[in-house]
Amino acid sequence: MQLAILGAGDVGRSVADLAGEYGHDVVALADSTTAAVDDDGIDIAGALERKAGDEPLGSSDPTDVFDADYDVLVEATPTTLGDAEPGFSHVKRALEADRHVVLANKGPVAERYEELRALEADSAGSIRFEATVGGAIPVLSTIEDSTPQAVTAARGVLNGTANFILTRMAAEGLDYEHVLAEAQDLGVAEADPTFDVDGTDAALKFVILANVLADGGFSLEDATVEGIQNIPGSALDLAAEDGRTIRLIGEATRDGVRVGPRLVPENGPLAVTGTRNIVQIETRNAGSLHSSGRGAGGPETATAVLSDVGRLPPL
Amino acid sequence: MTAVSDDPVDEDETETDGGVRAYTVRLELVDEPGELLRALSPIADNGGNLLSIHHERGNMTPRGHIPVEVDLECPPDRFDGIVDALRDAGVNVIQAGAEHYGEEISVVLVGNLVERDLSNTLSRIEDEADAVVRDLSLAAPEGTDAVSSARVRLAIDSGRSDAALEAIRTIGTDKELTVVEPLLGGDA
Repeated sequence: MQLAILGAGDVGRSVADLAGEYGHDVVALADSTTAAVDDDGIDIAGALERKAGDEPLGSSDPTDVFDADYDVLVEATPTTLGDAEPGFSHVKRALEADRHVVLANKGPVAERYEELRALEADSAGSIRFEATVGGAIPVLSTIEDSTPQAVTAARGVLNGTANFILTRMAAEGLDYEHVLAEAQDLGVAEADPTFDVDGTDAALKFVILANVLADGGFSLEDATVEGIQNIPGSALDLAAEDGRTIRLIGEATRDGVRVGPRLVPENGPLAVTGTRNIVQIETRNAGSLHSSGRGAGGPETATAVLSDVGRLPPL
Repeated sequence: MTAVSDDPVDEDETETDGGVRAYTVRLELVDEPGELLRALSPIADNGGNLLSIHHERGNMTPRGHIPVEVDLECPPDRFDGIVDALRDAGVNVIQAGAEHYGEEISVVLVGNLVERDLSNTLSRIEDEADAVVRDLSLAAPEGTDAVSSARVRLAIDSGRSDAALEAIRTIGTDKELTVVEPLLGGDA
């Protein structure tokens, strides 16, 4: 397949870097200001080197990407809330041109799911978005394989930053502020970690899961969301007295989405440690399935994008 | 000693023809050989039929003892005698429900617990969530006028967990407390 990649952050760059390994060509790569476009395949190493040196990616304009001869648009621009722009318009433009779209951007899938599906229905192309939920972990394809109707709920830990903080608090008996500062030093937490610790990032992923289970109907404002900022170290100590620990757990069903700190058995499957993520898929006929792995990171998330590309039918 | 029943107790059939009822007794044992047998003898000797013993080895209570939960059945008029016999034998009975509570859940409350009248919070949980507080553990590392945490273990009727947690959420909102609930459902 010929890929056009919008967004040159960790994920977009990793997709470009790994595409060849998966048998695909990259004909365009754009960040917010410039683009490298070549229908015969761009010079990926050169473009990534320029990006690393803070130089323009290429000589083209980002909108020139849409004129390239691509089969799949990879939407890897930053997640935005509300109208989910400009990601949504990018998807729209590609579908209207009868191309496929693979999203790593959570915004459009969480906030404007029905509109995406309507655009897809009128297009020869299709949309896939495995990378939006749990990075490298095959969550959506597992639900797809089980058929969404046979899945009753999806639960789990889908934010590595919050999980890292809670794990360290429990292990070291430290308070939230201390561990957050440490996580920022280690580069696990962003300078502004709000979306991770207030539950918004996890909620977006569980909203996407609820949309898949119910075939739409949910956006972030339908989710009940609580963060971990109010959890003191002493709460984790008390939980441990009972063989339990506290994790930021999300739940998605056809009835709703809920994210908040919850008590889980210390040695249970959902008590993953560090930045690891886990999803439990509860099925009607096959009990619970658990998948655990790296929920973030450039190369990890890029593998989910490239798996999606591999599942697309030829145009 | 009465034999331990081979059949697991059916939650829906706590009452039998002979007017026998099922009860749950929660004990704390010192970690020494022979303690479990010493704790069970008064039950059998006083007409109780042991149904199941949940011996949480390796799981210490905050006081450093081993929690043991015993399900037994007996005619209602004999139950008080059994509990008295246990206490006479020096066994620490934490909870002797005159009702059979099918489920036990723990919640952790975080906030200005003491300023917000912890004992009122607990009585509201018992009344509004239809639960029995079995154990309470409080941690106030910054002092009682700062944010503290409490773990409350509750006994509730089978199938009532969701309703109980909903009631506790409401109490938490009223009292500006963060309620960390257990994750129910699935095999979490």
